[in-house]
Amino acid sequence: METQPHSTTPHAGPAAAPPGDLAIWFFILAELLAFGVFFAAYAFARARHVELFNEMQQTLDRQAGALNTVLLITGSWCVARAVEAVGRARSHTGARWLAAGIACGGGFLVVKGFEYAAKFGAGINLSTNTFYMFYLSLTFFHFMHVILGLVILIALWWKTRQGAYGPADMNGIESGAAYWHMVDLVWIVLFPLVYVMR
Amino acid sequence: MNTRHLNFVLVVLLLATVATFEIGERGVAGPLAMATLLAISFVKGRLVVLDFMGLRGVKFFWRGLLLGWLLLVSTLIAVAYWIAMK
Repeated sequence: METQPHSTTPHAGPAAAPPGDLAIWFFILAELLAFGVFFAAYAFARARHVELFNEMQQTLDRQAGALNTVLLITGSWCVARAVEAVGRARSHTGARWLAAGIACGGGFLVVKGFEYAAKFGAGINLSTNTFYMFYLSLTFFHFMHVILGLVILIALWWKTRQGAYGPADMNGIESGAAYWHMVDLVWIVLFPLVYVMR
Repeated sequence: MNTRHLNFVLVVLLLATVATFEIGERGVAGPLAMATLLAISFVKGRLVVLDFMGLRGVKFFWRGLLLGWLLLVSTLIAVAYWIAMK
């Protein structure tokens, strides 16, 4: 008789450790700390240059930022559905959800690429002013994390298709999913802070 | 986490994103707009942490670390904006 995963045991209390490998959570916490410092630096820099930041914020493509928020949230949902499917021994369904998550992440890169192309085409760069120094470095730092997240999702998709994960072995897919959700979580703060708040 | 709950979370996150975008489109500024945007951001982040990351059924220590990060970042942003408004 097949044993149930520990997390689904009836009447069990809260799990002691989060889903996935403990190491990925320390990595996630380190990443969040770095982004937190970046967000605070942006907000306090804005406090010293309020008019410049408000004026420059109006030159951003807010629709592209909102579209990217939708893409990342939807991608995160797809990955959560993939983990849920694999947990019910439905690897092929899980692989399809992962593919949908990868498509959303790819869409984010395309939209952001168009945004960068428009800014660089207008002659904007890191030395244009303090706002754009923060905008470009902060969003590009996040952009690199999306790329890393996509590499992880593609590896998960490949292994899930081969049936490498299942109810008894969720460690890999839960770890990769947690990283992807972290990328989403950071953007949830970044979008209102940089594109909307004034 | 069942699929119905995950779908519900997605709908809430998308509606919250529309609300954030609308505040930006209307050009609303000031302490109330800032507080609203931070509150929406906190609610969205909390849903991602608890339901997508799967920390809802995990000991408070782990939830506390991630939600604490969200709260700390929101507080620092609020303080910086409050300084800017003075």
